[in-house]
Amino acid sequence: MNAADAMSPGLGSALAGMIKRDLLLAWKRPGDILNPLFFFAMVCTLFPLAVGPSVEQLEFAGPGVLWVAALLSMLLSLNSLFLSDFEDGSLEQLLVSPQPLVVLALGKTVAYWLTSGLPLVLLSPALAITFRMPADTIGVLMTTLALGTISLSLLGSIGAALTVGLHRGTALLSLLILPLAMPVLIFGARTVSLAAAGDVFSTGIYALAAYAVGALTLAPYATAAALRISNE
Amino acid sequence: MTAKLSASDLTLIRGERCLFTGVGFALDPGQLMLLEGANGSGKTSLMRGIVGMLDFEEGEVRWQGEPIRSHRQPFFDAMVWMGHRVGFKADLTVAENLRFEQSLRRSRTTDLDAVLERLEIGRLKSLPLRSLSAGQQRRVALARMLMADAELWLMDEPFTNLDREGRKLVETLVTEHLRRNGMCVMAAHQDVSIDAPIERVLLQ
Repeated sequence: MNAADAMSPGLGSALAGMIKRDLLLAWKRPGDILNPLFFFAMVCTLFPLAVGPSVEQLEFAGPGVLWVAALLSMLLSLNSLFLSDFEDGSLEQLLVSPQPLVVLALGKTVAYWLTSGLPLVLLSPALAITFRMPADTIGVLMTTLALGTISLSLLGSIGAALTVGLHRGTALLSLLILPLAMPVLIFGARTVSLAAAGDVFSTGIYALAAYAVGALTLAPYATAAALRISNE
Repeated sequence: MTAKLSASDLTLIRGERCLFTGVGFALDPGQLMLLEGANGSGKTSLMRGIVGMLDFEEGEVRWQGEPIRSHRQPFFDAMVWMGHRVGFKADLTVAENLRFEQSLRRSRTTDLDAVLERLEIGRLKSLPLRSLSAGQQRRVALARMLMADAELWLMDEPFTNLDREGRKLVETLVTEHLRRNGMCVMAAHQDVSIDAPIERVLLQ
């Protein structure tokens, strides 16, 4: 073997390769990104129509509605995170690859956040306007959504990995994830409400950031372990 | 001196059924291990057990004398797996799929064109995998084995969907791999004509 002394590709190369592959796949199937995004946009635009044009009501309900819609839209696409890899045998190849599964699971989750969480964050200002959200509150909304969707992607990847071998595991996935997602929802929506009312809101952002860091540290290990169990 | 890949007294139970018990083998560089047995006799399960996707009830597989379950990384570094399914993304082109593979494992060659030419699929390089026939997709799976700098090839039914030339090609590639002091574990229900020391494991 002429390249016997060649080094194995490092962790960085594996992580970048995994992210690149999933982004490329998303690029070739844009519908998978756009569907949850449409759902998010639709809930947020239909809500003001149903509630009525009262400004106080909209300002009051805005943060909650935006946050619930974002959470549900993430759940909508979560199911497919590992499903296609499971079906076409790619997951098997990842399980026996020389790279640590933790790194590959993290790579997939990062790509998932870039194609589902980040678009929600970027779209949210446009929808916040329908709820008469003031400009400086929109910044807070985007910050909380960015931190919150990172946590949700990471927590969701555990659930998606656990349920990937089950047919129609969507309901179970929601049941598994929602309890863990509750703190994110509560802190997220409440922080935006406080900011809109002119109160001190930085505590909520710190809490969301801490939650995201915690999830980033622990979730990939749980996801990797869950993938090994699911593939038995 | 223990063999490079060895196992003894493997027992595998799936659900209520005992698939096999007391299976053992020892494999050294340059050797081919052939798993034989009827459909449902547990060939695939044994293969999946070797790579750690299934747990054996009893016994363990050892790589260079160390149990694989507790020393996963050195084993995965040295092997490449070809399962029933191709394990590539249907939406990506052949080249994109193989480049992803290169970012994961050490490659023997970086010359993608030469590998694909060898497998007679050079002209399919920039087509999405979904537009290829089943046999052509198997050849792409073979490209993974050829590119990887791995000592041990694990092939589960490599002849599925391949035409006569394809079968011959697999046999030639495996023979060459064994001559380079590689090792191969293959599950097959047909006989293979490979000129190398063969260790046969018959599953009842």
